[in-house]
Amino acid sequence: MSSGSIPGAIVLLTATLRLATPLMLTSLGGVFSEKSGVVNIGLEGIMTTGAFFAVYGSYISGNPWIGVLFAMLSGAIVAGIHAVLSIHLKADQVISGTAINVFAAALTNFLIFKFYGVFSQTPGVTPVPYPRDAMLKIPVIGTFLSELNWFVFLAFGLVILSTYILNKTVFGLRIRAVGEHPRAADTLGVDVYKIRYICVILSGVLGGLGGATLSIGMMNMYLNNMVSGRGFIALAAMIFGNWKPLGSMGACLIFAFADALSLYAKKFGLPLPQEFYASLPYLLTMIALAGFVGKTTAPREDGIPYTKGER
Amino acid sequence: MEKVVEMKGISKIFPGVVANDNVDFELLKGEIHVLLGENGAGKTTLMNVLYGLYQQDAGEIYIKGKKVEMKSPKEAIDLGIGMVHQHFMLVHNFTVAENIILGKEPRSGMNVDMKKAVKDTKDLADKYGFNINPNDIIEDITVGQQQKVEILKSLYRGADILILDEPTAVLTPQEIDELGVILRNLVSQGKSIILITHKLKEVMSISDRVTILRRGKVVDTLNTKDTNIDELAEKMVGRKVNLVVDKKPLNAGKTIFKVEDLQALDYRKLPAVKGVSFEVHAGEIFAIAGVDGNGQSELIETIVGLRKPTGGKVIINDEDITGKSPRQISEAGIAHIPEDRHKRGLILKESLAENAVLGNHYRAPFAKGIMMDYVKIKEYARKLINDFDVRTPSENVSAASLSGGNQQKMVAAREINKDPDLLIAAQPTRGLDVGAIEYIHKRLVAERDKGKAVLLVSLELDEVMSLADRIGVIYDGKIVDIIDRKDATEQKLGILMAGGTLKKTQGGAEGEAIRG
Repeated sequence: MSSGSIPGAIVLLTATLRLATPLMLTSLGGVFSEKSGVVNIGLEGIMTTGAFFAVYGSYISGNPWIGVLFAMLSGAIVAGIHAVLSIHLKADQVISGTAINVFAAALTNFLIFKFYGVFSQTPGVTPVPYPRDAMLKIPVIGTFLSELNWFVFLAFGLVILSTYILNKTVFGLRIRAVGEHPRAADTLGVDVYKIRYICVILSGVLGGLGGATLSIGMMNMYLNNMVSGRGFIALAAMIFGNWKPLGSMGACLIFAFADALSLYAKKFGLPLPQEFYASLPYLLTMIALAGFVGKTTAPREDGIPYTKGER
Repeated sequence: MEKVVEMKGISKIFPGVVANDNVDFELLKGEIHVLLGENGAGKTTLMNVLYGLYQQDAGEIYIKGKKVEMKSPKEAIDLGIGMVHQHFMLVHNFTVAENIILGKEPRSGMNVDMKKAVKDTKDLADKYGFNINPNDIIEDITVGQQQKVEILKSLYRGADILILDEPTAVLTPQEIDELGVILRNLVSQGKSIILITHKLKEVMSISDRVTILRRGKVVDTLNTKDTNIDELAEKMVGRKVNLVVDKKPLNAGKTIFKVEDLQALDYRKLPAVKGVSFEVHAGEIFAIAGVDGNGQSELIETIVGLRKPTGGKVIINDEDITGKSPRQISEAGIAHIPEDRHKRGLILKESLAENAVLGNHYRAPFAKGIMMDYVKIKEYARKLINDFDVRTPSENVSAASLSGGNQQKMVAAREINKDPDLLIAAQPTRGLDVGAIEYIHKRLVAERDKGKAVLLVSLELDEVMSLADRIGVIYDGKIVDIIDRKDATEQKLGILMAGGTLKKTQGGAEGEAIRG
């Protein structure tokens, strides 16, 4: 970051956008999964897996975009496990998600040692480059845009795309129907299981992408615990945002702003202790989860496995 | 006449239950054919087999003469079969049009062509004379309209065989008549209709033929014009049924219970009970009639202390019990047969014995200090089971293992045996079969004849008409009118239940209208 001559407000804003990106991608994943009726508390673990495999992909190929692909794929596979457990085997979705979180933390820890022979963090790899030169050519806001990485632009694009998919397309209509009233959808010949599988796996792809943003987007390595609750914050943002892509985006930006504030607070010389800022995003999450943010409505059948032909 | 549906030797077995046992059923083109039977007789199962929701364990299905395999509703829909389920299969926050097109969406590229969806819906509604707005959200429209959406959904898919599962359960008498007209209209346009019901009057008024199921087997198939209600009842239940409740002449005593301008909110914090006043006297059954969702549930919950009132008074035996706890209210002399026996009436996983003393469990003789006296409890439970003819292997089985009718008898037994001054019975026969209904009705009347005050809440007009001495009609959280049973007709009640008013209320002082 070359923030020498850039005003503080812009620094704060770009930091907010960068920090919001992993949350936005992951909470989009949450939106798809939960809109279809599957609670995916395993997003934390999916991010972890994505973050690690992004580094691994970049490491073995030297190409960070291969890393991104690895992240999406690994996210999809882990989400696939959750899908099988919660859709076909009708496991408790919270338990399954928790298991995935525990599993992902342990797996990545193990793989760091297995692949690199070291503990707790991988060596540095080629990160995804910033589109700095191209952005600087844009007049007026070029300096501002040059502080943002590709993931930021991708995340905003995907928010718009997801809004469109959910509200305008046939697929979106069916996703919403399956999350609200799967039996109604089933009786009309909509394949409830298929749609839920697609959505859960899609949430894995997006969660993996969110993880990659952390490891090869904002840094160039994977550290143990680098996700540190962001999967849960993304879930909180999804609830805060009333299970809607745009709403979640807004919530993610608020959380990220709190996060950015904690990073740059010293610089602004505000007289509050550092610990207060550090705890802000988490405090906001708790407030959101405790339902202090007004009326939000989950999809009616969210978290309830669907059984065909049940009496 | 062409057979559009023929089901031969259908058997369907669920774990522990033979739901359909070698059932034969046929539907002719252009007829309305009623499938009649008690709860658990296997009517819905048979139709779910026809609609592909269940697969039969034995038997064959022919549609328009062709043998078919129904693996899923998709096959059924493709063959022109549509089903309107008892619990509507509508997505509550979708529009009418969205619900109708779901699964068969008009497209432009990847998108839903909503313009065409709305137009198609409108055209279809116009063609069959349904008054419905395609852009309304489902949760904002009445149940009667939701039912029309369900029918349109099937017609949109090109259904010419329609299955309606208990379609009248949620309708007002006027809506039932309207449904009858709609069905006749559909038949005249070449559709064939199967109607599942356990209500005998509708069979007689709507159908051409009737097939009676009992315990999963076909009892008989009759032409409606060749039969009558008594014969149908007997075939359905398997014994002679007394459809008329015997009541002693009214001998009302002093006012036992009084509600004054009671107000309460529903779960969304919106007013649900909007200033309700009435009295119940000793020795009478006061019935609250109305279509579901007009504040009945909230009213009863407020009276028994499950919901906090926001205004008004509840008085029993001159004692103000407004806003007291359920236990205090119960101890003041009110017993309550709740409308949802699974949610409020019983603890399903506990034994019948434990359920038999709920509400009295904390005091002698069932408890000594902090210890329960299970010898006494079981003894008492056996007495209730015996007195109320609850069919169960023993008092030790879980409440969940009983049939709905027997569960309800257990609840009724417990509440009646508390010997209350006021017995509240909220939809006491919901989902019960004719035999159990007959029994519960007898018991309620017996309490009345003993001089107790009985407050009945019912969605079934027949029940209100056969039990009540006075009837208060509730609409939109208000009692729109109170009329004597002797002045009441189904038509009058129907008007009131739909929110209308009677020009002039007949009857004396008791029949005075209270308008909110």
